[in-house]
Amino acid sequence: MAASGPGAVAPVVFRVAIPSQLFSYTGTRSVTVEVAASAPRLADIFAALDRRYPGIGFRIIDEAGHVRPHMQVFVGHRVERDLTARIVAGDEVMIVGALSGG
Amino acid sequence: MGARASTPRSAPPRRTRLLVATRKGLWALTSDASRRSWKLSSPSLLGHIVHHAVVDPRDGKTMLVAARTGHLGPTVFRSLDHGRTFKEAQRPPAFEPSSGRVVDHTFWLTPGHASQPGVWYAGTSPQGLFRSTDAGATWAGVEGFNAHPRRKDWCGGDQDGTPDGPKLHSVLVDPRDPDHLYIGMSSGGVFESADAGANWQPLNQGVAALFLPQPDPEFGHDPHCVRLSANPDRLYQQNHCGIYRLDRPATRWQRIGAAMPKSVGDIGLPMVAHPHDPDTAWVFPMDGTDVWPRVSPGGKPATYRTRDGGATWKRQADGLPKSQAWWTVKRQAMTADRFPTAGVYFGTTSGEIWGSRDEGRTWRSLARHLPEIYALEIA
Repeated sequence: MAASGPGAVAPVVFRVAIPSQLFSYTGTRSVTVEVAASAPRLADIFAALDRRYPGIGFRIIDEAGHVRPHMQVFVGHRVERDLTARIVAGDEVMIVGALSGG
Repeated sequence: MGARASTPRSAPPRRTRLLVATRKGLWALTSDASRRSWKLSSPSLLGHIVHHAVVDPRDGKTMLVAARTGHLGPTVFRSLDHGRTFKEAQRPPAFEPSSGRVVDHTFWLTPGHASQPGVWYAGTSPQGLFRSTDAGATWAGVEGFNAHPRRKDWCGGDQDGTPDGPKLHSVLVDPRDPDHLYIGMSSGGVFESADAGANWQPLNQGVAALFLPQPDPEFGHDPHCVRLSANPDRLYQQNHCGIYRLDRPATRWQRIGAAMPKSVGDIGLPMVAHPHDPDTAWVFPMDGTDVWPRVSPGGKPATYRTRDGGATWKRQADGLPKSQAWWTVKRQAMTADRFPTAGVYFGTTSGEIWGSRDEGRTWRSLARHLPEIYALEIA
């Protein structure tokens, strides 16, 4: 949903790479989500992703707010498991099934 | 023994359909009317770790499947077309975020009372109890248990669980009273609620807990599988430390496994109650000596059946491998159908399904080469 009105933050579009384990939700390996926050954080990406693909968030993030042990998240080339980490326009988020899974 | 059967017999089933939950997906195995010919379906949810799959006996249609994968978090899938298509629960079982606890997997599914269509219970690893009132679409914690001030004492720490995680299982609903519930926990023991889960009381008197320092602890036990018999006042329990029977309103379990052959012992994972006769039950013993091999004792698998409430046991191995069979049967992987002469079925850790159409007297292999079998349920 695009922001509007005085003080509203213009949404930023982020590209998110999706692993095969989650194709049943997205149907594709790459999606975009819109985040409208003045200081967007990684958690906002997952919230937007879950709004668009209901249920996908809980498969990646547990109810205590942690990335699940056998999932891996990159922001650019950086491993990032802290959902409060800031993200900026142009960042690409990659979700992968960690090699430890199976 | 002579316990009174209070469950009326319904019309005999026309065939038996088994839901086969495995470490790598879900299958269905369906018989003809004679239960001599069986057909295995193609897999559903291939690659998913399926802990339990149950069809709602109240509508004969709604199927819930507790699943996760090696990577992804736990969820519940729902099917309304006998497993042809699945939809994921909108809100799967999950602890309150403020609790700091995390559901590793949903382990056990139980349809609610006949008078409460749409109600289901789920038990999780680690120990948590959840309830759905919309046929599994959304789940909420039974906070009378999950937030009970003594829950942590009852369940112990992570080191007190089974090798693949501590779990809440054997959610039993009294067919006469929807508010009367039992649960089993590994570890924790058996607990009872008379008010739909608002409050809980331990129910473990008489049950050994050789891994605890106290001689007769109030809780902390390891029931592997608890079943209601055809008489809901009689419960059977296969425990980490023996086989037990409880006739309510008594609160002290009797160790009926003491009558098992000493060379076999009374350790095992599953236990099955006869669908019509409360005096009859089956166990599948495993080797619980020294380092706990958890295989068939001596490599010679057999079921043991009692027809007198546990006073005596008969070995049933006709048709099963006579030697060098080193598998066992997990706690959810043994069941019985509701034919007048009950069929008994078990799935092995080596991916084979065995069945008996004569209450365990003779056995034959019904399916082979499946992944490790976690659960068998009559659909």
